[in-house]
Amino acid sequence: MYPFSFTKASDTQDALNAGRRGGRYIAGGTTLVDLMRETVERPEALVDISALPLREVTVTERGGLRIGALVTMAETAAHPKVRTTFPVISEALELSASAQLRNMATLGGNIMQRTRCTYFRDVTAACNKREPGSGCAAREGFNRSHAILGTSDACVATHPSDVAVAFAALEARVHLLGPDGQRQVPFADFLLRPGNTPQHEQALNQGELITAVEIPALPRPLKSGYLKVRDRQSYEFALTSAAVALHIRGGVIREAKVAAGGVGTVPWKLPAVEEALIGERPSDRLWAEAAAHAGDGARPLQHNRFKVELLKRTVERQLRIVGGTK
Amino acid sequence: MSPQPQAAVGAPLSRVDGRLKVTGRAKYAADHEPEGVVHAVVVDSSVGRGRITGIDTRAAEAQPGVLKVIHHRNAPELPYGPNPGSLNLPGERLRVFQDDQVRFHGQPVAAVVATTLEAAQHAASLVKIDYDAERPATDLTEAPAAGEPRTYARGDAEAALRDAPVRLEMTYRLARTHHNAMELHATVAQWEGERLTLWDKTQWVQSPRDELAANFGIPAANIRVISPFVGGAFGNAARAWPHLTIAALAARETGRPAKLVLTRRQLYFGVGYRPSYEYKVRLGSDRRGRLTAMTHDLRSETSGYETFAERGVIVPGQMLYTTPNVSQTHRTVPLDVNTPTPMRGPGYSTAAFPIESAMDQLAAELGMDPIELRRRNEPENDQSSGRPFSTRRLRECYTVGAREFGWDRRNPKPRSTRDGDWLIGTGMATALYDTLRAPGQASVRLDADGAALVESSTSDMGPGTYTSMTQVAADALGLAVRNVTFRLGDTNMPTAPLHGGSLTMASVGSTVQDGCDKLRQQAIELAVEDARSPLYGVDAGDVVVRGGRLHVRDNPARGETYRQLLTRNNREYLEATGSWTPGQSRSSMFAYGAVFAEVAVDARLGLVRVRRMLGVFDAGRIISPKLADSQAIGAMTGGIGAALLEHTVTDHRDGRIVNANLADYLVPVNADVPDLKAIYVDGRDDEADPLGVKGLGEVVLVGVAPAIANAVFHATGRRVRELPITAESLL
Repeated sequence: MYPFSFTKASDTQDALNAGRRGGRYIAGGTTLVDLMRETVERPEALVDISALPLREVTVTERGGLRIGALVTMAETAAHPKVRTTFPVISEALELSASAQLRNMATLGGNIMQRTRCTYFRDVTAACNKREPGSGCAAREGFNRSHAILGTSDACVATHPSDVAVAFAALEARVHLLGPDGQRQVPFADFLLRPGNTPQHEQALNQGELITAVEIPALPRPLKSGYLKVRDRQSYEFALTSAAVALHIRGGVIREAKVAAGGVGTVPWKLPAVEEALIGERPSDRLWAEAAAHAGDGARPLQHNRFKVELLKRTVERQLRIVGGTK
Repeated sequence: MSPQPQAAVGAPLSRVDGRLKVTGRAKYAADHEPEGVVHAVVVDSSVGRGRITGIDTRAAEAQPGVLKVIHHRNAPELPYGPNPGSLNLPGERLRVFQDDQVRFHGQPVAAVVATTLEAAQHAASLVKIDYDAERPATDLTEAPAAGEPRTYARGDAEAALRDAPVRLEMTYRLARTHHNAMELHATVAQWEGERLTLWDKTQWVQSPRDELAANFGIPAANIRVISPFVGGAFGNAARAWPHLTIAALAARETGRPAKLVLTRRQLYFGVGYRPSYEYKVRLGSDRRGRLTAMTHDLRSETSGYETFAERGVIVPGQMLYTTPNVSQTHRTVPLDVNTPTPMRGPGYSTAAFPIESAMDQLAAELGMDPIELRRRNEPENDQSSGRPFSTRRLRECYTVGAREFGWDRRNPKPRSTRDGDWLIGTGMATALYDTLRAPGQASVRLDADGAALVESSTSDMGPGTYTSMTQVAADALGLAVRNVTFRLGDTNMPTAPLHGGSLTMASVGSTVQDGCDKLRQQAIELAVEDARSPLYGVDAGDVVVRGGRLHVRDNPARGETYRQLLTRNNREYLEATGSWTPGQSRSSMFAYGAVFAEVAVDARLGLVRVRRMLGVFDAGRIISPKLADSQAIGAMTGGIGAALLEHTVTDHRDGRIVNANLADYLVPVNADVPDLKAIYVDGRDDEADPLGVKGLGEVVLVGVAPAIANAVFHATGRRVRELPITAESLL
């Protein structure tokens, strides 16, 4: 681990000042400290933001949710409002990491977490994300866990978060606070596809702080849930996953929000699947037809070809679990 | 001598060291902090083969606290003398920092010694090494074998196969797996002149002692190794690995005690592993399921500098089932990798997957129940040697297992049982493992206050040696368990064999019993010859000891305590030395088992979940039932890992292990470990050893993976011949 300075921000302004000077924000530290130990991350200054007042879950005026950036994964998952209005969020969180990690890790940190690509995490391997221009060892290497969607020549790393998949499906908005004030970014624009610059992962300006994630209101009744497919039953990242929310009224699907995880360089929204669902009546056939679009545009690699089919089946299964029939 | 009443042995005792462990007071190797200790961190090669062309240590040495950076250009030349009787393999062991050659990715190429761990770690990341790198050969499937294969043959397998009415031919692949014990490999080395003390994680204190004596060219008597607690090892702390020499070197070069803890990542190339295998089976049988021939052709990986060819992998093919015609070849394939090493159930668990999968396939082919097929091939003696079996209660294992598991309720047709999205299947497999035994010694001392201390330089890597030896000693001495202390893990103690291969209970247990018997006999003789003793004049053979009191067997009122006896005779203590050497046996000795598994397979999503497992074992007498259950459940958990999760992945472009951490190398978590149960069929094996035990720790792992694979077939109709069974193999 490289030497670094560590300061505790007493309030938001204090944090922003430190961030403007190049300080890296740290809260639960469950990703950053790991990566510092591996010397993948070498920050010179850490700014502990744990004391900032960003720990509230509130219902917005229109019936959405606003989750403070420092609410832990465990607190978010267990929050009655989250559990009742958007179970997909609770489920995604509870299928993530371990109880110990969920008690430490915050929501802001969760969406900022970096890829599990083994070559990214091994400083002796070529990785454009860690060391721009050095190449991508994963593309021709062992890439079973890697992305099939949103990849580029420079990078095929998967975004590891589960709850980010739910946020992508639900079209959340990220609230940011920076030296120039507040702004909001749609979730789809917040996490960046690698393109030629895989080292840039979020649409954040220098010193900007995530203050909250807002989930917009959706028409009720709304059924939602998260399915995670992985080799072992707990404490593992997804091979594939699906976040699904459906608003069904009068036997017809009026709203459909679907995204997939474990397959994209960013949480992968599936608009073609959503379109195939809207206006239709739930049936096993519909789930299969809609899910058939899930792999559109997939570019598999040597070891992750199975993910294309697995993704479709994961989405199909979760549509059925949420939408019923059979 | 009158037989002692059995009180402690057979009781489901909790671990005598349990409280120490759960309160964190058990001191493991890395917990030792001698005065002035410094920290050594290994720098690993980042290429898989080649030559070091440059080393720049300036940035590392400039770090505060750094004492020394050791590498081949400044390291002293070490003698690396022969080390006969060690666990070293044919070939030449890796010599640290003695030349510029890189033999595998991750090979130690330098070590940084600093006053703090943090400084040493940071400085290690600043050592810059240039290489002239070549592409390594690390792929078993592509590389050629070397040397003559190991072979075995009886009868004419080729002819018998040609004539067989039923013939099968399959190739199985098993991934490389790592032991991944919870405790990291750690050593603290301290020199005082030419004397060296090591606190080490080891299954055999003699192993690091002899290796460092050979490597540094000093007498073994100069080295003391201390290892009271081991946090799991599974075979990987048996051999003395290169980091031990590095720790001793770091201490010698800095004149300070040095601590070296391999990281989890370094475990994947700093110590051994279970090698990957290709195992081709051909079998022939008649229509009634009687095997007529079986051929086994194996290829396994080894390093370029040592040959690892485990014996256990060819044994089951020679003697598990009645087979008149057998042919075997085992070829080792040298690769640019570090050397493999035995891992729990070595060889046997590897061979069980192809053999037991093939038997299951033959049963399906013949439309015969898998257990019935095995019964029809149950041999009357060991066909590899012609010897009778000492005990072989395998038929009983099948019977008890089938009954307790509910095997008869099974619909034999694959894909016949469904539970929602899950296909349900059951499978079984046979397990076996050598009854290994080795000579050892123990010291026993009984103090006048009635407390006993028993010592032997064995180890307790997890099975509960402390507890089981205490039980044996307590009964032999006629003491309550709380009055007996057993100590282990120090070269100053009487010699014990390697703690591995399931030989500790038989070997050290018999040794402990011998010493305690001798001591008890001493006390009894003292009493019957002592005119002041109530036992004066009694035949020594009629005296037993119970609860620390010697008395006439048929007249408990007539007697006295150890304490009274010793005090009156002004004896502060009695002592005795136990020893046991296994005799030549005319019998074939093995522990056996039948393993049953029920799995649920979501074939659409490629998921396999084990629902329940039952193992029925013939391991001879069970000394400590609660420890036995821990062994069995732990091994089934390991077997679930081997069947479904564990796989060390190498990037063949440069020999890098790409999943060298516990997030990417998957071991089962609690959610993967369902209802696991073990049953032990009654019976001693008196030919094996005085305790009548056959060894348990290995056999409980052996059949787990094939039982699961066979259950997957029953659930889905799909034969997976590669371990681990992953989602992609089922989609």
